[in-house]
Amino acid sequence: MTSILVIFFGAVFVNNFVLSRFLGICPFLGVSKKVETSIGMGMAVTFVMGLASLATWLLEYYVLVPFNLPYLRTIVFILVIAALVQFVELVIRKISPVLYQALGIYLPLITTNCAVLGVALLNIQLKYNLLESVVFGVAAAIGFTLALVIMAGIRERLELVFIPKHFRGVSIALIIAGILSIAFMGFQGMM
Amino acid sequence: MSAIKELTKGLFKENPTFRVVLGMCPTLAVTTLAANGLGMGLSTTAVLVASNAVISLLRKFIPDKIRIPSFIVIAATFVTMVDMLLNAYAPELHSQLGIFIPLIVVNCIILGRAEAFASKNPVIPSILDGLGMGLGFTLSLTVLGSIREILAAGTIFGRSIMGTGFEPFAIFGSPAGGFLALGLLMALVNMIFKKFRLE
Repeated sequence: MTSILVIFFGAVFVNNFVLSRFLGICPFLGVSKKVETSIGMGMAVTFVMGLASLATWLLEYYVLVPFNLPYLRTIVFILVIAALVQFVELVIRKISPVLYQALGIYLPLITTNCAVLGVALLNIQLKYNLLESVVFGVAAAIGFTLALVIMAGIRERLELVFIPKHFRGVSIALIIAGILSIAFMGFQGMM
Repeated sequence: MSAIKELTKGLFKENPTFRVVLGMCPTLAVTTLAANGLGMGLSTTAVLVASNAVISLLRKFIPDKIRIPSFIVIAATFVTMVDMLLNAYAPELHSQLGIFIPLIVVNCIILGRAEAFASKNPVIPSILDGLGMGLGFTLSLTVLGSIREILAAGTIFGRSIMGTGFEPFAIFGSPAGGFLALGLLMALVNMIFKKFRLE
């Protein structure tokens, strides 16, 4: 039980996916302009990353390893993730149109979010079991959402202040991310 | 003339890192050392050139509706090849770059160039486009890697250049330093572009 907790808090705070592992930077810089949309994106990513961890773990240990095909891992994983995202989109559209309206536009973006493929590959590299993999996937996505929401909150305020001309846009966003990353380094003493 | 344009636009005018802001994850993650930045850049270039060539050759056969999955599978094939080649011939670089080698598949530059260029143009321009964009990416990564390596360790490509009295800024070797260095460098590039009216 403690190992599960360690994995969970480790992925959310200590090794935050965005701020210390550098996974999922594109949506982090692209979507984090409003708090509301970042929460939507975060929910969609959490859902997909949990499912992707489950699906890729099962594939690795019930298909790729028994048939001695680990060299196909990258191709198989990315295809499964792409298919999964499409499937999730269809299911949500059918079951809950309200949720689809909230998450719909983010879903296609998730296929190329490197955090999803990253978590699937890290689960294999860190030799997690099935439960640990799913917990790691969900926790990593929560960490991603946390970073995204904090960033969006700061950027909403940033619209009201003066920023030197050349720093506007991505440049200032990166510098803020750097300061946030320093703040998150403080969690390293926690574990 | 236009061939030269296809090749050079990626280096400066449409530089994937500083102008178009694509492929940020590997840019930040592997540039703790100049050599790693160069290795990552060249690996991405190899994948980009090969996948652009194949996608351009197949552009009339791939149905429009399933083009994105097709592009991803083509890119993933070449990424797997690069992964195996690096593992065999440059094991040290392979272990340093870690999961960011398989993650070249989801580098937006690959899919971006496939969608925006290779799927609409003949083979030769597509190869040149891939080569130019890849080299532009390599250039940015090597510059960023050199700056971070100099500041964090006083070395460049492993050679000491700052003399003995140099106090290293350890922060630039950490993730936070990656964000800060890239943010400052991007502001500098913006300034240079504005000053010389390059856009």
